[in-house]
Amino acid sequence: MQAPLDPLTEAAAREQQHVCSVPRGGGWRPGARWARDGDPIVPKQILPELVSGRGTSEAGGGAAPQARNGGASLIAAASRGTPPPSSFARRSPSPSKLGEDFRPLVTSIRNGGRIEIAAACPGAQGLGLQPGMAVTQARAQFRGLDIRPADPEGDMAALRGLAIALARRWTPTVAIEGMDTLFLDLTGVAHLHGGEAAMARRLCRMLARFGFASRVAIADTPGAAWALAHHGEAGICAPGAQGEAIAPLPIEALRIDPRAAELLHRLGVTRIGQLAEMPRAPLVRRFGAGLVTQLERAMGRLPEPLHPVIPPEPIAVIQRFAEPIATPEAIAHWLSELVTRLADALAAQGLGATRIELVAARVDGVPQRIRAGLARPSRDPAHLLKLLSRRIEDVEPGYGIDSLALHLRRADALGAQPMVERLDEEAAPDLAPLVDTLATRIGTGAMWRNAPVESDVPERSVARAPVLDPPARGAARGRIDAVGQLDRSPALHPWHPEWPKPARLLRRPERLDHVVAELPDHAPRRFTWRGTAHRVVRADGPERVHGEWWKRDIERHSVRDYFRVEDDMGCRYWLFRKGDGERAATGDLSWYLHGVFG
Amino acid sequence: MADPAVLKQLRETLNGLEDRGFRRRPVLPFGIDAIDSRLAPGGLRLDALHEVAAAGPDMAEDCAATLFMAGIAARAWGPVLWVVRRRDLFAPGLSQAGLDHKRLIHAEARDDAEVLAVMEEALRHRGLGAVIGEAKRADMTATRRLQLAAEGGRTIALLMKRHAREGRDPIATPSAAVTRWRIGCAPSTPLPVEGVGRHRWRVELARQKGGEGFTQILEACDATGRCALPAQLADRSAAAGRAARRAA
Repeated sequence: MQAPLDPLTEAAAREQQHVCSVPRGGGWRPGARWARDGDPIVPKQILPELVSGRGTSEAGGGAAPQARNGGASLIAAASRGTPPPSSFARRSPSPSKLGEDFRPLVTSIRNGGRIEIAAACPGAQGLGLQPGMAVTQARAQFRGLDIRPADPEGDMAALRGLAIALARRWTPTVAIEGMDTLFLDLTGVAHLHGGEAAMARRLCRMLARFGFASRVAIADTPGAAWALAHHGEAGICAPGAQGEAIAPLPIEALRIDPRAAELLHRLGVTRIGQLAEMPRAPLVRRFGAGLVTQLERAMGRLPEPLHPVIPPEPIAVIQRFAEPIATPEAIAHWLSELVTRLADALAAQGLGATRIELVAARVDGVPQRIRAGLARPSRDPAHLLKLLSRRIEDVEPGYGIDSLALHLRRADALGAQPMVERLDEEAAPDLAPLVDTLATRIGTGAMWRNAPVESDVPERSVARAPVLDPPARGAARGRIDAVGQLDRSPALHPWHPEWPKPARLLRRPERLDHVVAELPDHAPRRFTWRGTAHRVVRADGPERVHGEWWKRDIERHSVRDYFRVEDDMGCRYWLFRKGDGERAATGDLSWYLHGVFG
Repeated sequence: MADPAVLKQLRETLNGLEDRGFRRRPVLPFGIDAIDSRLAPGGLRLDALHEVAAAGPDMAEDCAATLFMAGIAARAWGPVLWVVRRRDLFAPGLSQAGLDHKRLIHAEARDDAEVLAVMEEALRHRGLGAVIGEAKRADMTATRRLQLAAEGGRTIALLMKRHAREGRDPIATPSAAVTRWRIGCAPSTPLPVEGVGRHRWRVELARQKGGEGFTQILEACDATGRCALPAQLADRSAAAGRAARRAA
C-alpha cells in the first residue's frame, strides 16, 4: 500500500475535535517516557512524527479496516468544474498524548518468497520502519512490534464502502483512484455544504470520526487535486491557479509511469514546472503520449473523465391497493405477481435471493411480515412463491391490507449455472429447494449433516455440519511441487471401520447397577440397566480410550475400557468401565452403558 | 390346491392392472434368494412405503431395526434423509452399516405429525434415494399420504414405527405400507474363540401386499449394507447359502 504519510496534519485535524491538554504546535512533550529514557535509536528530529503517530494508531482501534492498517491514510482529492477561489489549509501540527503502552504497528504482506512490511504507522515510520522492509529485520530491531497481516482486499472493500457512503450523502460523483484515493466531483455541490472550505473541513471531521486519517485537496482538475493531496499542500487551490500550484511539485505527482519518471530525473527534470515549460512534441516522441496527457489533464487542457461508483439500490417491489384486500386468495394472487416482478428485477442484476421478506401494510398500521431464507441463492419465481405461500396463514389481514411489499433482504451473485457437469451421467439432484422448504417448516437449526472429527472419545467423534456444503471438488489443491503430494495413500478415515460402533449412542452414559466383572480386563458377567437384569453370554474387548488431556486437564489420566457384550436374548450393548483396573487415578471402576448395537 | 402356474399368471395380471399398465417397477433386491423370491415384486419396491418395527420395546431391538433400515438406504442410490425425533443416531455405527455420513441428511421434527409431513415433502422432491422417518403413531390416512407421495418416484420410504408406552404392537395398526417388517435381535454367529461374531437378526415380514409373510434369521448388514444368510454349519462358511454378491 502506498503510504504518503503526513501524519502530523491528520493527527492535528483529529486533535482539534477533542480537548487536549498538550500544547499545540510544539510536537514534542518533554515529560514523555521515551524522552526520559533517551532511547538512542530514536533520532530527535523525528520525534514529532512519532508523537502524532500515536494518534493514528489510536485510530487503528476503530472499526474501519483502512485505519486498522496503521500507516494507511486516506486521501480525498476533490475537483470542481469551474467555480471561484479561496484557500484552505489545515496545518496546525500538534502532538497527541503519548500513551505509556505505545507499540509501533506495522502490517505484513507476502511478496514472493519474503514477508515484508506493507504499511507502518507513523510511530513505526519514525523508528525507521519503512514499507518494503523485511518483517524479520523489523522484528529484530524492535521488541514488542505489533505486526498484523495486511488485508488489501479488505482495504479496497472498505474504500469502496466509503465511496458509496460519500456518493449517497455528499456528492453524486465519487470515483476510486488507486488504493487510497477518492475523487469527489464538487461541481454544483459545494454550496450545499457551506462552501468548499467548510465542506473540506466537514469531510475531514467526518473521516476522523470514523478513524481515517485524511488529506483533502480541492482543485479544478482531478490530476491537480491528486498531486496536491499526495505531494503538496493539502488545501484549496484557486480556480485556474492549478498550474502554479503544482509547478513546484515533483513529477511523480502527475501519476506517470515510474520508468518515465526515473528517466526524467536522470535528465534533470524533477519538478512539474520544469516539465510544463518544455515543448510538447519532443516529449511525446521521447516518452509517448502518456506523460503529456497526464500533464495536460492536470493543467486542465485535456478532459479527465471519472469512473464513478454507483451505489446499489435496494431491490423491493411494492403493490398498493385502492381497496384493502383481506382474503388469502387475493393475497396469494398478488404475492405471485410480486414474486414474478422480484424475479425479473433479480435477473436484471444477476442476483439470487437468499433472504426475502414480505411486508403487508395493514389499514391499522400494524405491518405483517413473512420472512423466508434460502439455502442457496435463487431467483426461481415458483420456488420463492412456494416458500412464501406456505406461510401465508401467518398474515392476519385484520381490517384489510393496504399494500404488499416484497423486500430483498440479502442476495448473492447468481450467474449462469451449468446444467450437467458431465455429459455421460445424470445430473446430481439439487437438494437446495428441498432444504429450503424443510427449513421453513422445521427451521434451519433442525437440519444437519454429520462430519467426522478426529477423536477417539465417541461423543466427540461426530460434529454437526451445515446441510449444503460446498462441493468437495472445489477444495484447494496443493502446489505441484509440495512434498505432501508424494504421499499417495488416501487420508485415514477418522472412524475406524474395524472397531464395531453402536447404531445409537446415549446422550449421556448411563450408570449400570449390580455389575459382576473380573478385574482387570474382563467384561461383566451380568449387569442391570434401566431396571432390567442382563446375563452376558459373549463379550468382546476391551477397546481402551484415553482421555484427551490436550482438551481438558482433568482427563489427563482418565481411561475408558469399552466392551461389546451380548446377553442371553441376543441383545448387544456397548459398555465401558472408568479406569483400567490397575491404577486408581484412571477411574473409579464404575460401569456405564454408552450405546446399543443392533 | 390351485396350480402354481395359474396363480402366477393371475398375480401378474393383477399387477398389471394395479400398475396402470407399467409392468416393471423399480425394485431394490436384498441379494438373498431366500428373501427376494418371497417378496412379491422380487425385492423392496423403490416407489413405495415400507414399515419397520422393532420386535420388542428394548432399545437393542430398536437399534436392529435402525440398522436394517440403514442397510436398505445404503443400497439405495442417492442422498438419504433421516427424520428423527431424538438426536441419538451414531454416525460411525451407521457408516459401518454402509450408510456413509456424506449421503445422510438429518432433520429433527418436533412431533409425529411433523415427521410425516417432512417425509412427504422429501418424497415429493424426487431427488433423494431414501427417506427414513421415526414415528410412534401413523394411522391409515398418514401412511396413505406417504404411499401416494412415494408413488411414481424412485425414493424408497421407510417408516420406523417405535413402540409406544402402552406396549401395543406398532405393526398391528392398519397401514397403507407395502411391506411391514418386524426386526429383532438374535444370538450372534458363534465363533470358535471368545468374542462376539457377526450380529444376527430375526427378520419377520409381518405383512406384504400381494404376498405372504415369513420369518428368517439373517446376518446383520456388512460395510456395504448387505445382509446375508447364516451359514448352515457352525465354524464353516457355507458359500452356497450366502448372499450372491451382485450389485443390488
